[in-house]
Amino acid sequence: MSRIGQTFTALKAHNRKALIPFMTAGDPGKGLTVPLMHVLVEAGADIIELGVPFSDPMADGPVIQRASERALANKVGLKDVLAMTAEFRKTNTTTPVVLMGYANPVERMGYETFARAAQAAGVDGVLTVDIPPEESAGVSDVFKAHGLDPIFLLSPTTPESRVEQVAAVADGFIYYVSLKGVTGSASLDTGEVARKLAMVRKHCKLPVGVGFGIRDAATAEAVARIADAVIVGSRIMSEIEAAPEGECTNRVKHMVAELRRGVDAASK
Amino acid sequence: MNLTGLTDLPDSRGHFGPYGGIFVAETLMAALDELRVEYDRARSDPAFMAEFEYELKHYVGRPSPVYHARRLSEAYGGAQIYLKREDLNHTGAHKINNTIGQALLARRMGKKRVIAETGAGQHGVASATVAARYGMECVVYMGAEDVARQSPNVFRMKLLGATVVPVSSGSKTLKDALNEAMRDWVTNVESTFYILGTAAGPHPYPMLVRDFQCVIGRECLVQMPELAGRQPDAVIACVGGGSNAIGIFHPYIPHEGVRLIGVEAGGCGLASGKHAAPLNAGAPGVLHGFRSYLMQDENGQIIETHSISAGLDYPGVGPEHSYLKDAGRAEYVVINDDEALAAFHDLCRFEGIIPALESSHAVAYARKLAPTLGQDKIILVNLSGRGDKDINTVARESGITL
Repeated sequence: MSRIGQTFTALKAHNRKALIPFMTAGDPGKGLTVPLMHVLVEAGADIIELGVPFSDPMADGPVIQRASERALANKVGLKDVLAMTAEFRKTNTTTPVVLMGYANPVERMGYETFARAAQAAGVDGVLTVDIPPEESAGVSDVFKAHGLDPIFLLSPTTPESRVEQVAAVADGFIYYVSLKGVTGSASLDTGEVARKLAMVRKHCKLPVGVGFGIRDAATAEAVARIADAVIVGSRIMSEIEAAPEGECTNRVKHMVAELRRGVDAASK
Repeated sequence: MNLTGLTDLPDSRGHFGPYGGIFVAETLMAALDELRVEYDRARSDPAFMAEFEYELKHYVGRPSPVYHARRLSEAYGGAQIYLKREDLNHTGAHKINNTIGQALLARRMGKKRVIAETGAGQHGVASATVAARYGMECVVYMGAEDVARQSPNVFRMKLLGATVVPVSSGSKTLKDALNEAMRDWVTNVESTFYILGTAAGPHPYPMLVRDFQCVIGRECLVQMPELAGRQPDAVIACVGGGSNAIGIFHPYIPHEGVRLIGVEAGGCGLASGKHAAPLNAGAPGVLHGFRSYLMQDENGQIIETHSISAGLDYPGVGPEHSYLKDAGRAEYVVINDDEALAAFHDLCRFEGIIPALESSHAVAYARKLAPTLGQDKIILVNLSGRGDKDINTVARESGITL
């Protein structure tokens, strides 16, 4: 079983839900990413989603767009993200790392070359936002052959007939996008999400994480009551963006700890 | 080469060989599927096609003429140059052919709000125009950089009732406007129709934009024998995203004797790195929902492009062009800013036609090609748009203060 599968199994045994914070690699500085990854774990992250900077982040809102621009200005690309993961793995061999990004940097490196390097670096899963199952033939198999779980999205617009098709190629967990829009969008309707998740679970045995629109302990708790994992990105990146120099680590630690309390409150 | 097979593409999933496809986030998959299904129905619906043709004739002013540019041919000293006058269309460019088709689709699908991206502003104006024509709300995304350099078109869009949203992310040009339009669409996917301006983007856009633009080439197939007694030896068109080029090329693909030549923006020259010529100096990759040749660095980041013409200032190219390049059915060349500018002046002085800077790239290649061919040879240039929008740029480049 993959590190992601083991993580969900262990959490389930303790009746807990997963907290998956997202962070753009290379923001605010190249040297800060690995220390921040450890901070995420100390503050309660079960899985880390590491964003691979891309010049044209079509599915992202302004907060993650700016994070991506700052990371690119710091000259951070896919190779650096793999190196950061390898560095993180030197002292942490248990927390799964999922790379999240867009197709082109991976396409440019070559899927096979990337998969081999990612496995060697200790990456556990890969979510390429703009590769839907229809275009993943070959790609998912290459990832799986190198021990990488291909993570796929489901959304409020996904028809029931498609869920099975997505589940057939996905592994690790399913990322359910809670609302129509880009990352960092406003509020989510947990009632609506709960209805949709019930439908998803009819066709898919994988754990389901919910992301988009989670911004504090209360929303994290509400989502943890209905999902297997709570995924938070823009809220954390806006803390990083707003933090005065030297304050970044503390701000992130407090934010993730607050989200952790919310997630755990749902298990009580 | 089996030429007929080349016109059967794309496949059912939008692939032109390894190019094209649907590379978007999950939220848009259902909307693209809905569009594909509705377009399939529309194109086999005689009432839809009849209305499209009626609008092209009575609103756009089609067919656009083909014109024998005798003085220009004489000046260039070789082949006879004919111009397909897309600049004479309503709104001044070929873009309107596509926006009418897509607006009719939007209406058929019950969408009351349309969005568009624009570079030079021609597609934005054409979208705002059809939105006014059919009573739809229209939002146009335009790079902040382009808003500044194409201010007359910004004002035209506003006059037509559209909201113009300047985009300040990334390089603040066309590619960023496209990103922002996609973000709007993903947020308002149920109420909104995205009128994509070129034969690019996720399937079915490259196919449907091509189909709507193919009226250009189909008219030429009839007009050239009438006017010149035969089909041309070469067809030349500028290529940014490539919609005017695919529109004139596609009907000519089975005509083996006709060379198809796409002209990319060479900017300050390929060696300078400041250009917009992915087919000549890029590599295959994935951007904006499709796979094609792209301008990118060794890490797969999209690099900034440069061209004197905002409409060619785009790092990608429609997937069918990538396919035609690899298949060897079309050739792709580059013309630099200075050569395009010289051709712009040539057409003004010899023929009394002010061409768009985009189209001037095609004219400039005719200037290179014509002297290498005999006077009995025929070159057909797609004059995709008129140049009124470019007079400020031309004045500045020529050191003239208006």
